[in-house]
Amino acid sequence: MSELRGILSLWKREIMRYLRDRTRVASSFFQPLLWLVIFGTGLGSSIRVGVGMNYQEFIFPGIIGQTLLFTSMFMGISLIWDRQFGFLKEILVAPISRISIFIGKMLGVSTDSMIQGMIVMLLGFLIGIRITLPMVLEVVPLMVLITLGMACIGLTLASFMDSLESYGTIMTFVNMPMFFLSGALFPVYNLPAWLQWVVYIDPLTYGVDALRAIILGSAHVSPFPFYMDLAIIIAFDGFMILAGTYAFSMRK
Amino acid sequence: MKAIETKDLTKKFNGFMAVDHVNIGVEQGEVFGLLGPNGAGKSTIISMLCTILKPTSGTALVNGYDIVRDPSHVRKSIGIVFQDPSVDDRLTGRENLEMHADLYGVPENEMKSQIEKVLDLVELSDRSNEFVRNYSSGMRRRLEIARSLVHTPKILFLDEPTIGLDPQSRDHIWSYIRQLLKSEDLTIILTTHYMEEADKLCNRVAIIDHGQIVALDAPGSLKEKLGGETITVKTRNNPLFLKMIQQSGIARSAVIAGSEVKMTVESAHTLLPQVMSIAASNGIFIESISLQEPQLDDVFLHYTGRALREGGGKELSGLGAIMRRKIR
Repeated sequence: MSELRGILSLWKREIMRYLRDRTRVASSFFQPLLWLVIFGTGLGSSIRVGVGMNYQEFIFPGIIGQTLLFTSMFMGISLIWDRQFGFLKEILVAPISRISIFIGKMLGVSTDSMIQGMIVMLLGFLIGIRITLPMVLEVVPLMVLITLGMACIGLTLASFMDSLESYGTIMTFVNMPMFFLSGALFPVYNLPAWLQWVVYIDPLTYGVDALRAIILGSAHVSPFPFYMDLAIIIAFDGFMILAGTYAFSMRK
Repeated sequence: MKAIETKDLTKKFNGFMAVDHVNIGVEQGEVFGLLGPNGAGKSTIISMLCTILKPTSGTALVNGYDIVRDPSHVRKSIGIVFQDPSVDDRLTGRENLEMHADLYGVPENEMKSQIEKVLDLVELSDRSNEFVRNYSSGMRRRLEIARSLVHTPKILFLDEPTIGLDPQSRDHIWSYIRQLLKSEDLTIILTTHYMEEADKLCNRVAIIDHGQIVALDAPGSLKEKLGGETITVKTRNNPLFLKMIQQSGIARSAVIAGSEVKMTVESAHTLLPQVMSIAASNGIFIESISLQEPQLDDVFLHYTGRALREGGGKELSGLGAIMRRKIR
């Protein structure tokens, strides 16, 4: 029981810290808006991505995926932050297992990303997405599944690192390829074979595809069946949780 | 049962002996001081006793639990105040304590009263709902002491508890520690650079150098053992002066400490003329001279050949350093 209480406490801490940082919550509106409105309108005026939807609608699920990825990766920095400011020591000497500490962190980071993701979801009305209750009930659990894996990527990398600067550099190296290759901005069928291959390796591809399937419905021609998207996302989550816990436990 | 008992506790880092077969026994209810220059192994010993580091060989019993085999019980028995700040400054003082209580599994029905009690002890009750960001460095330290007591540990580790604090905050912290000793059944292990601190608070002091215990006794007896008094002389040619003093055989021990020569003698007042004449006959100009009753500082110097003040705290890198500068 005490492990559970520790996890909840660490989780709560992340959320409190996040919500108290008003500028961050406010800025979370800004970037997705830029992508949806400026980028979406600009590029959308010259390309067609399918029948029954415009380009903005097409990238909307992709931008949700991007937000989950970027926020999770960015929040991974909190682990390095805690290490630098000494707070991690307080947690590490507590009678609670490393696994629980990692889980608490992961849940915290995931919740932060979820809040950001939900904000983007609500912005959908600006570009004419009809948000319905059944849609939300399907999208939210899916977002949770996508986020968990992404949060673990950030925390795993942060487990190996001491400095905020080097984490920042690595973060860009992970963020950009994962975002561009996920098919968030372009359809993934009809790609040259070599590119298609890397796109299929990117775990975010399946997240974006599943989000599209729910949000755009029949207008979206999915390259993968929905159950396959789900299976891959869940498998990736499982793998990353194990990898992250291992990396964090090994670290002195 | 002893509060702490180490058995050939050893730690090697890449072939470097940080802690070398250390055997110490700490009695229940005592304040035990660990003194040593930088890199002597104090913090490494503390880290092993707190189960943050695994010993290379040997082990220790903390509150009766083995640090290698039973770290979880050890952790529940101890409270720690780290040398470097370790509170979350985006949370309030009280939130920091609540989180600590959660992590240590303090029963929920006792949690509130326990937090009030420790806040009261360090006189932070009225500021407990403010963000730690707005605390002064002394207040942060007090909060950390309070936090280390939330789960009523049997043994409290204080790693340089007053480093970087102004004298007033230091006095406060000393008085909390004394108060604690009166009211609780608690053993305290203290590392410090401040001789005054060790002298005033500790029942016994262990002096550590190069990973080994070089002396262990009550501060009073250590000073007694050293015997005699100290003559401190500042000359224009310390090395030559030291050599001459050593040749003359009037001092029990003599070393260069910083810009001065310190010597321990039987009776400073009667030997003073001789010291002067040694300097004069060798053409060494004396700039200043002072006599002293033995201090713990001298004990330290005697055993390690180094003055304790030569280095401050451990060098921190990156943000930790910025933080500490800011806090100071």
